[in-house]
Amino acid sequence: MATLIVIIVFALFLGAILTGGYNREYLERMQKSWIWQWITTVDHKRIGILYLLAGGFFFGVAGLEALLIRIQLMFPDNQLLTGDFYNQVLTMHGTTMIFLVALPLLFGLMNVIVPLQIGARDVAFPFLNSLGFWLYFAGGLLLNLSWLFGGAPDSGWTNYATLALNDYSPGPGINYYVLGLQIAGIGTLISGINFLVTIVNMRAPGMSYLRMPLFTWTTFVASILILFAFPPLTAGLFMMMFDRLFDTKFFAISGGGNVTIWQHIFWIFGHPEVYIIMVPAFGIFSDVISTFSKKRLFGYNSMVFATVLIGFLGFMVWVHHMFTVGLGPIANTIFAIATMAIAVPTGIKIFNWLFTMWGGRIRFTTSMLFAAGFIVTFVMGGVTGVMLAVVPANLQVHDTYFVVAHFHYVLIGGTIQGFFAGLYFWWPKMFGTLLNERLGKAHFWLFYLGHHLTFFPQHFLGLFGMPRRIFTYMKGYELEMSNLLSSIGAILMTAGVLALLYNIMLTLRKGEPAGSDPWDGRSLEWAISSPPPVYNFAQIPRVRGLDPWWLEKYEGDGTLKAAEPLGPIHMPSPNHLPFLMAMSFFISGLGFVFHSWQVGFLGLIGVAIILFVRSFEEDHGYHIQPDEWNGVES
Amino acid sequence: MKRYLPAKWVVACLLMIFIWVTGCAKHNMSVLDPQGPVGKVQLNLLYLSTGIMTFVVIVVAVIYIYVVVRYRERPGDEEKDPPEQVAGSKKLEILWTSVPILLLIVLAIPTISTTFTLNKKPDPDHSIRINVIGYQYWWGFEYPDYKVTTSNEVHIPTGKKVEFILKAHDVIHSFWVPSLGGKEDLTPGRTTRLVLQADKPGIYEGKCTELCGASHALMRFRVVAHQPEDFEDWIASQVTPDSTPKNKQAEQGRRLFAQNCIGCHAIRGAGYKVLGRTAPELTAFSERTRIAGVLDNNRANLKSWLKNPQGIKPGNRMPAFDHLTDQQVEAMVEYLETLK
Amino acid sequence: MRIEEQTASVAGLPAEPEKATLEGKNKILGFWFFLAAETTLFATMIGTYLALKGETMNGPTPYELFKMPMVAFATLILLTSSLTSVLGIMGMHANQLKKLLQWFGITILLGAVFLGLEVYEFMEYAHEGHTFTSSAFGSSFYLLLGTHGGHVLFGVLWILGLMIQGRKKGITVHTAPKFYVASLYWHFVDVVWIFIFTVVYLMGMIP
Repeated sequence: MATLIVIIVFALFLGAILTGGYNREYLERMQKSWIWQWITTVDHKRIGILYLLAGGFFFGVAGLEALLIRIQLMFPDNQLLTGDFYNQVLTMHGTTMIFLVALPLLFGLMNVIVPLQIGARDVAFPFLNSLGFWLYFAGGLLLNLSWLFGGAPDSGWTNYATLALNDYSPGPGINYYVLGLQIAGIGTLISGINFLVTIVNMRAPGMSYLRMPLFTWTTFVASILILFAFPPLTAGLFMMMFDRLFDTKFFAISGGGNVTIWQHIFWIFGHPEVYIIMVPAFGIFSDVISTFSKKRLFGYNSMVFATVLIGFLGFMVWVHHMFTVGLGPIANTIFAIATMAIAVPTGIKIFNWLFTMWGGRIRFTTSMLFAAGFIVTFVMGGVTGVMLAVVPANLQVHDTYFVVAHFHYVLIGGTIQGFFAGLYFWWPKMFGTLLNERLGKAHFWLFYLGHHLTFFPQHFLGLFGMPRRIFTYMKGYELEMSNLLSSIGAILMTAGVLALLYNIMLTLRKGEPAGSDPWDGRSLEWAISSPPPVYNFAQIPRVRGLDPWWLEKYEGDGTLKAAEPLGPIHMPSPNHLPFLMAMSFFISGLGFVFHSWQVGFLGLIGVAIILFVRSFEEDHGYHIQPDEWNGVES
Repeated sequence: MKRYLPAKWVVACLLMIFIWVTGCAKHNMSVLDPQGPVGKVQLNLLYLSTGIMTFVVIVVAVIYIYVVVRYRERPGDEEKDPPEQVAGSKKLEILWTSVPILLLIVLAIPTISTTFTLNKKPDPDHSIRINVIGYQYWWGFEYPDYKVTTSNEVHIPTGKKVEFILKAHDVIHSFWVPSLGGKEDLTPGRTTRLVLQADKPGIYEGKCTELCGASHALMRFRVVAHQPEDFEDWIASQVTPDSTPKNKQAEQGRRLFAQNCIGCHAIRGAGYKVLGRTAPELTAFSERTRIAGVLDNNRANLKSWLKNPQGIKPGNRMPAFDHLTDQQVEAMVEYLETLK
Repeated sequence: MRIEEQTASVAGLPAEPEKATLEGKNKILGFWFFLAAETTLFATMIGTYLALKGETMNGPTPYELFKMPMVAFATLILLTSSLTSVLGIMGMHANQLKKLLQWFGITILLGAVFLGLEVYEFMEYAHEGHTFTSSAFGSSFYLLLGTHGGHVLFGVLWILGLMIQGRKKGITVHTAPKFYVASLYWHFVDVVWIFIFTVVYLMGMIP
């Protein structure tokens, strides 16, 4: 009965929206509101901001979860979060941070900046760009809805079978995990393809591959990784979903299933995934370091080569997450050597950054502080990575707090600090105002010291025999002091993030105007006004070398050369279908979570209908005529 | 000048932490204080890699500190021309590509050889075999050569290789005794093995290190290493356990056990016709150091465990026996705590 | 872009109408990337099938189960449909809408016959106790074949939709990339089938 009501309401709802039938006047009023404009936007800069908002929201959620974990572990035998609830918190912390925070925050910056850096008016597929965002958001929302209805997933972000199967996780939690990630994953794949085509096809004349800024390059490499890493996850999630919903036997031992297959599939996806969220941060740091050192990036070509090599090797090392599975010494050593090999291109990058600064004139803005701090943190995270590749040593520290320390060093030191560096760097470009530097420095020091205080002692916790993912530990095993320090560090990090929030609020209310080029930038985005006009470039620029804007400023006359005459500019029209489609996916996912096939399939039918509507749609966009902007641009 | 203060403060702080946490561990739970050859070999590799990596860190740190101090922008620099735009340097780039490769080769060779050595099957005449079965939140141990079973505490002889043959009953677990050596997973549907050895008698803490459910944190066990002759005595006492009730109260406890516990738990040598195998075996229970792997083994703790097992180890399969009267609980405790 | 479109309708289509606009080029390149992703998806499923095909749980083995003559016939049909879709695209390049629609019509007809045969085949297997939930072999078999079959079904519906669009709008620089991409998709589904035929059916014939 309940399903029937849901179906009827949903059908009416969908019908009403698709036909625009029930109240035209109301619809028209809605279409003028700002919320409708943001929902239907296909402007890459606005979608970027949506990514930042959603990613920031989930960052808050997952950060609170982290804080809860640290409060529970602050003292031995603490009783705040125990048993299954603790497992839910740690699972959601990891899953949210990896899938809903790290990548979307980077996607936000990519969306705003990459088209500007290559001199394009938009991304290749504005519609798909919007669809990618809304699918990600729908998936993230679905996943986090688990807190309210039925309990969150509790098998870790790696979600190993058989713990994740019905027998051992009977609630709907893992269903949320499977379906939420499936939906968000489709969105990510779409965005990845969009970035790839944008970078291949939409570069301005003269912007050859070896003139692209490093952030664009790393976006390109990360997108290729997305392209090949997410489909295995899709396949794996399907298997897990069928095992849970339809009683198939992929991982069920009783039916001949094999739990190691899930581990392989997960890490064939999982290892490239951590590079997907690392590599773009490398790009941000490269741009930030060279800008604030007032120097061209040292060894540009080898930087590009190292990035590509890291991406390629990223697919060859997944077994290093499985050294204790017992795959035999041959497999283990091969993957150990492949893992060590990654240290070489990573080392190339570190030294290239150092020598970019060498002989430069370094301005320690907040953005640069994050980049400089990153080098220290990342070298420490990197060396523990090599230590983990040493198989016999790995057997000792695998799945202990040593590993927790290692990956937080690289992920916070790399991805999160990279995002912060990028945020302070490009905020003026996005919003036309400068973030407050004093607060920014407070943010940096609190967060940075907090990070080291949190995670440095965790190396020792691991060596002292503390496994990861445990909700309590006993008194008298030398674990108390390090855990306490670690928890205090987490509080400092929280204070740092609060300083950032306060800074953003302050700046949005009355920020200092930035001008188009506040940092003496090097790439094309600094040649246009802040925030950029909706069409980005009145005339598509002609690029004459690496660091084109620097080139024009210091060796040319300080203006970009145009590659085309002034003329009407073609723009894509806003579209509400991506939002509807994500909503249909969301409803479908929710249906499947609760084994309600009717609702599940109804959602999918909704998706199919919208696909067809889209295919038949005549969307030629609109044109901005020269006189519309003549007065604005000088 | 004031701006430099935080950096110094960090160093001082990190140093303090370092001194604090490396303070010597008195318990047998630390990777840094190995008690057997496997753990020692692994620690040596850990030290070797730490050494090589410390060298890398120092090189980077020296360049980094120099660069950050020497090339920071100073007042008045704004008016000068921008610095020279250097494209790169072939020589330097070759240097920092090849030196890491050399360092990694130095690290890779012992990695490979040790990995293969540690995987060697021990000589059956000079080693013993123990089957380990991981259940949600407890460990079952079988000695196939002696027909002895026990749980949560495994006894081994010193100076002898022990081959643990690992199986999982329900979900993936991982078998780890930090002070004896590295871990291996127990995977449902597969059999894996791990060879360890203890040099000195003692009690070594063990852990499950693969998330296995609500009480993963409490899935602890202990390895008790004896001198070889003491080990033979222990085995002998396990083959013929003393499970007869010593007094009337214990006899009542024996009967209550038969009514309430025998479906899941087993006590050998007590005349029970059934031996439950879905929960830890309790033969010679009074000799255990821990209850359920988490509580010190004494009467008070056993009582609270019987009354509220879920509160102590959330999600485990044991129901609370709160329908028993205090007198009945006393009887059961009396019986269990006299099993030898 | 408007201007191009108008000139196109007056002076006839460019030689390769699907690549005449930047949007068309983007669409085709993006679709190639999408197919690369799909390849990894199927590779994962084929790998899983290979790992699990021995786990029949006393049910029929691949050798006992597969109906080779019928599968070979279905393969022939699907391969032919790839050819007809090429003929359709040739019609498009010659700016002959009728030829395009005819050949695409035959393509989806063949696709539908293939689907029918596959459904019949699955029903036969289910009779013999080989189902989605009977064993790990069954699960991995139906996941792989089902995903492929789902792709064929989607292709049939998609091309059907495109044919309706083609009738309404004709061949323009906007519709041409859609036809072209759909035919790419159809070839891809075909190539995947060749792999499935080899790995699942032919290798399954080794007892």
